[in-house]
Amino acid sequence: MIGTKARDTLAASIADGHALAPASSRPGVFRALLAHRTGVAGLVIVAGVALIAIAAPLIAPDDPTRIDALRRLGPPSADTLLGTDNLGRDILSRLIWGARVSLGTAALAAVLILTIGVGLGMVAGFYGGLLDDLLMRVVDVLLAFPALILALAIAGVLGPSITSVMIGIVAVAWADYARVMRGQVLSARERQYVEAARAIGVGNTRILARHLLPNVLPPILVLASLEMGGLILAISGLSFLGLGAQPPTPEWGAMLNDGRSFIAAAPQLMVYPGLAISIVVVGFNLLGDGLRDAFDPHLRI
Amino acid sequence: MLRYIARRLAYLIPVWLGISILAFALALLAPGDPVRQVLQAGGIDAPSAEQVIALRRELGLDQPGPVRYAIWLGGAVRGDLGRSYRTGEPVLQSLLDRFPRTAALALLAVSLGLIIAVPLGIVSAVFRDSPVDQLARLGALVGASVPSFWLAYLLILFFAVQLRLLPVAGASEPRHIVLPALTLAIGAAASLTRLTRSAMLEEMFQDYVRTARSKGLRERAVVVTHALRNALIAIVTITGIRLAALLGGAVIVETIFAWPGIGKYVVDSIFIRDYPTIQGFVLFTGTVVLLVNLAVDVSYVWLDPRVRLGGKTR
Repeated sequence: MIGTKARDTLAASIADGHALAPASSRPGVFRALLAHRTGVAGLVIVAGVALIAIAAPLIAPDDPTRIDALRRLGPPSADTLLGTDNLGRDILSRLIWGARVSLGTAALAAVLILTIGVGLGMVAGFYGGLLDDLLMRVVDVLLAFPALILALAIAGVLGPSITSVMIGIVAVAWADYARVMRGQVLSARERQYVEAARAIGVGNTRILARHLLPNVLPPILVLASLEMGGLILAISGLSFLGLGAQPPTPEWGAMLNDGRSFIAAAPQLMVYPGLAISIVVVGFNLLGDGLRDAFDPHLRI
Repeated sequence: MLRYIARRLAYLIPVWLGISILAFALALLAPGDPVRQVLQAGGIDAPSAEQVIALRRELGLDQPGPVRYAIWLGGAVRGDLGRSYRTGEPVLQSLLDRFPRTAALALLAVSLGLIIAVPLGIVSAVFRDSPVDQLARLGALVGASVPSFWLAYLLILFFAVQLRLLPVAGASEPRHIVLPALTLAIGAAASLTRLTRSAMLEEMFQDYVRTARSKGLRERAVVVTHALRNALIAIVTITGIRLAALLGGAVIVETIFAWPGIGKYVVDSIFIRDYPTIQGFVLFTGTVVLLVNLAVDVSYVWLDPRVRLGGKTR
């Protein structure tokens, strides 16, 4: 999503009206994903980190915010497997709790982005008219920006907090989905199943929710999975700048920022959180690629 | 051709106005009273009512929003984006002073990225599934997944701390640009390699490529003059998006390397809620991005005769 990776080939090809596989092939998608080697690797990574995030209170060896002046910048030991930070906090515990903050924020942001983008895109595509024109102009304006820069400005004006970062990102990122969704609805609107539903007297709301949505949603979800990595990079990037999670919250981007002053003396402060972010983003990118290929072998190139 | 450009320009004007509304509205989002914040930033913690009223009038904040927007926009089209709350300097001048640094960084990073990515993407597509292809794909995956702010510090750790080859931060000598440019180039190269590869693969299976081969053209000519020529449209599009984003200020990388471009400037301004600077920056960046997009659109005219002949445009 966010940033310059935003519009990669897939987003472009979906937007250009490349129809993805019809909904009828959906039962095979999961099986196809399981046959996709790198896709499975992505699934394993993402599921693993999600598990760590959920189980954080159970598996973290220490309180991630407990300061201990006696063990500042400590080396790895039996108690602190990855050492301690400049305030003597256990790095491993902070990483584990950080998975919660980073993944949780990204997941919530993704849900909001999808809800707003899909909802508005569907309404614009289905009803058309003035509402459509107006919404699409707003989308044009938002897409004219490098997403991270606008999100940064919004988050900055709202004041540093993880909520501000989320609002900033959601406020920008829904536009891409609205545009893609609108395109999907426009092409699906004239399909026979919609005509058939209308012919037997089904109302607009029901057609939207029960007939159109299930058919146009899958490619949007593939797009969302491809852009999850970018979303995590954006959230941790803004946190790194100090606009997001505030101390002592263990968030990966913020941890990296905290470690800046100790780069020469204690590089582990920066190495581990960066590694954590990279692994999760690799996981989402692999999973997204796998899902895309599973949905549509034609796009597999 | 001229009509095509005129049409693109006509489309850009409403988008630009939309950007200006958005830029201006940012300050309305802000919690708290900007007048008090400015006074507090100036060291007056408990301003008197007179001081607040006087400064409010001075900053023009006693007017209703739409009036302020009209005044601001009127200034903007004449090249006046107001003065920074922080430095008191004209915002546009401050941005223009810093823009060459940002542009140098962006151009160097994107050029480096292209130099790495295009040959790699072509080889990767031509020798699909070979070890070279697998390595290129792995590199692109990692390059696209590693956060720039982490990569920056890994490069600092290696080149500045360990090898002591390059300076960490600043901009006093030319070699200061190397590390930030390298950081940005790696990210750009990753996505461009991926894109070049998939665009080339898409073309390599087209009928015209088969025709070119069957008429006995050498493979090299098929790849370069036929497939690559057509894949260029996609490459130029994504390069434009990349370049536009970096010209808008590589906020994170500029901040890390203390590179005095517009990205670092806006980050410095954001924490003290210097609204004229933030608004000016957003409008400035939006304008730059629109211009880059226009340039990309115009380049299609050369790359794709269908555009020139008034057919389907993207």
